[in-house]
Amino acid sequence: MEFLSDIASLINSTLRISTPLVFAAMAGIFAERSGVIDFSLEGKMLMAAFVAAVGSYFLGNPWLGLLLAIIACVSLSMLHGFASVTYKGDQVVSCVAINILIIGLTTALAAAWFGQAGLTPTLNEDQRFLEVNLPFAESLRDVPIIGTIYSDILSGHYIFVYLAYLSVPLVFWVVFKTSFGLRLRAVGENPSAVDTAGINVFAMRYKALAINGVLIAFAGAHLSTAVNANFFREMSAGRGYLALAAMIFGKWHPKTALVACLLFGFTDALQIRLQGVELPAIGEIPVQLIQAIPYVLTVVLLAGFVGKAIAPNAIGQPYIKER
Amino acid sequence: MVSPILELTNINKSFGHVHANKNINLTINKGTIHGIIGENGAGKSTLMSIVFGLYQANSGTIKVNGKKINLRSPKDSIINGIGMVHQHFMLVENFTVLENIILGFEGELVFGKNLEKAKKDLKDLCDTYKLNIDLNSTISDLSVGFRQRVEILKSLYRGAEILILDEPTGVLTPQEVDELFKILRSLKAEGKTIVLITHKLIEIMDLTSEVSVMRQGEMVGHTKTENTNKEQLAEMMVGRSVLLRLDKSEVKAGEVLFSVKNLTVKDDLDVTRVKNVDLEIRSGEILGLAGVTGNGQTELLEALSGIRKVESGEIYLEGKKVSDSQNFLDPRELKDKGLAHVPEDRQRMGLVTDFKAYENLIFGYHDQQPFSKSSVLNHRDIISHSKKIMEEYDVRPQSPNLITSNFSGGNQQKIILSRELNENPKVLLVGQPTRGVDIGAIEFIHQRLIDMRDRGAAILLVSVELDEVLSLSDRIVVMFDGKIVGEKDNKNVTDRELGLLMAGVV
Repeated sequence: MEFLSDIASLINSTLRISTPLVFAAMAGIFAERSGVIDFSLEGKMLMAAFVAAVGSYFLGNPWLGLLLAIIACVSLSMLHGFASVTYKGDQVVSCVAINILIIGLTTALAAAWFGQAGLTPTLNEDQRFLEVNLPFAESLRDVPIIGTIYSDILSGHYIFVYLAYLSVPLVFWVVFKTSFGLRLRAVGENPSAVDTAGINVFAMRYKALAINGVLIAFAGAHLSTAVNANFFREMSAGRGYLALAAMIFGKWHPKTALVACLLFGFTDALQIRLQGVELPAIGEIPVQLIQAIPYVLTVVLLAGFVGKAIAPNAIGQPYIKER
Repeated sequence: MVSPILELTNINKSFGHVHANKNINLTINKGTIHGIIGENGAGKSTLMSIVFGLYQANSGTIKVNGKKINLRSPKDSIINGIGMVHQHFMLVENFTVLENIILGFEGELVFGKNLEKAKKDLKDLCDTYKLNIDLNSTISDLSVGFRQRVEILKSLYRGAEILILDEPTGVLTPQEVDELFKILRSLKAEGKTIVLITHKLIEIMDLTSEVSVMRQGEMVGHTKTENTNKEQLAEMMVGRSVLLRLDKSEVKAGEVLFSVKNLTVKDDLDVTRVKNVDLEIRSGEILGLAGVTGNGQTELLEALSGIRKVESGEIYLEGKKVSDSQNFLDPRELKDKGLAHVPEDRQRMGLVTDFKAYENLIFGYHDQQPFSKSSVLNHRDIISHSKKIMEEYDVRPQSPNLITSNFSGGNQQKIILSRELNENPKVLLVGQPTRGVDIGAIEFIHQRLIDMRDRGAAILLVSVELDEVLSLSDRIVVMFDGKIVGEKDNKNVTDRELGLLMAGVV
């Protein structure tokens, strides 16, 4: 029975840990399907975490913090678009600039406002998102199997966890079942075809980047106003890059990207679970080795299995109309 | 009875310093097939891109059906019934035919009933014009000819009354050209107006009722097709009289200089692209290799010139084995043994386009006397050599210090040709020698190749231009799906026969 509850808690953590990855991967799908590389998921997630925490602290409402985070991330996406879509700059350079800017900006602003470099004040219960208990979770807890799945795995997460997994079918529907999605995919494959169909290529890319900004804001808010109760320096900790890797491993497709995010989330949950555990014959594994698992897995997956992943054809290329 | 459907007045367009269209006036009558002819870079495509709303003119007016219209984007043109089939197809390769056609005209946010209606409308259009397209196939699975039909269908579905086709036959086999012309004639019969942009005189004579000629950004003449002929049109295009037929002496083929036995070559994706090919080229003859693009010619040429590894089989130069799967000479060693190569893709493989002309003129021979002494380049000799050779090959402008990318396609090709021919090679491999080259330069390049042949060189000519293969070659082989599917003597072969071989029908 203890084994079963171990498994349940592992799955529960996987869902939670994967949440920011899922938001970020979905955000990445919108940008990259439109032909714009988005390395700045990391920076935007960090920005969102900072703005959500600060906004919620001053305004007393986590939803307002989230709203401000969305505004901040959409603005950053527009900045990326301005540099790389309108002015046809190098998309990777634009992203790297954003990432560096945000690391410095969040640290400096926290120092200026709160006197602590890269740390915001702890949020009280009214200022942050709390865990949501699904209806009947308590009464069903003792029912075998169903109780474990419903009460121990599905119930008791932050709102963002549910939103993240609901966003996946929504993204799938938008990208593959709507005319907007058709244009989005076309603009990342052959912008000339879109232009000659009478659609504004630049407007399409800006729209995609706006959606990208909204989605990535949720990932940041999840980190600083839900699982944690404040912002701390570089708290995104490479999740933006991990999500990007998941998206590529998932071939720019929401369903397979979700699987990849869950895989990364699972290895992270596993490494937390394995810390301090004595394995028979081996003994205790050094914690550094365990913590490296998700990153090693990323490298192995990207290097070994992604060989055939075909990126959108026009990715990274600014659209130039007149030669 | 004849009413103008499209009127252009005083259209001007510049790209930076290049004045691509100068005061263009053009009237196109409803229900006609109107040809616009001119050399590469004459400004035909620019003009039609303006009409399609892709570029905006600097000045001038455009009227459709007598009404002045303002074209800010292709959307405005589509609304006004103008459709365009571009030279490079505007299709999303991993979309289906249907998805490509409805793109931008989906009707509703979510696909539903309108998709069924679109399918029905498209089926009707396909039936009317006998287009025979499966709406559910993916573009990447379709042949070039079918992709072009998808483009035509796309324009018709979007309500085109005027259909502009930009160099539509460049990538087609003769049979596909016939099919296309049939479709265009049936479009005309239904009252559509067609504008055909081309540099091929024969297409103008075959298909159009009126023709306009452009030269260096200007409209130099309009005429009814029945009142003109090929020679006259060519003269208008080039601005001087042109020899359309090549003067070529009888072939005096000597010993075999270059031969290939059972050659197999794979491409970068490990797909076998050249399958058991045998070739023999004699001194003093031109062997033409015809075929539709992508049937292994590129890989064959790369293997023969030492750029690509041979999978199996052997290559012999003057009877001595130079390459097999184990041992092979690199391009430089082959060059030293008298093999020269004019690559298919001149900007990628033939030139460093950011270098100055004189650097490209000696590239590959730069470490030889007198260009360099103990690894130091001798600029004075290089420049004087460059001037001399640029004059000899009529490269314009004659300035060795100009960056190569500023030369026109024809002059870039002359730079490569002069470099490779200057050493008097025994064997010459030439790929697409006149792709994107204007008529005047084509005449010159062809004459040089004939001179080489008459001096006893063995020449392999790889070209997708069937006319070129027919007019230059002494013998012709056809490549299809990596195999040589036929060999013909140039004296008794027609382009029909070659076309069937190229399509893999025979």
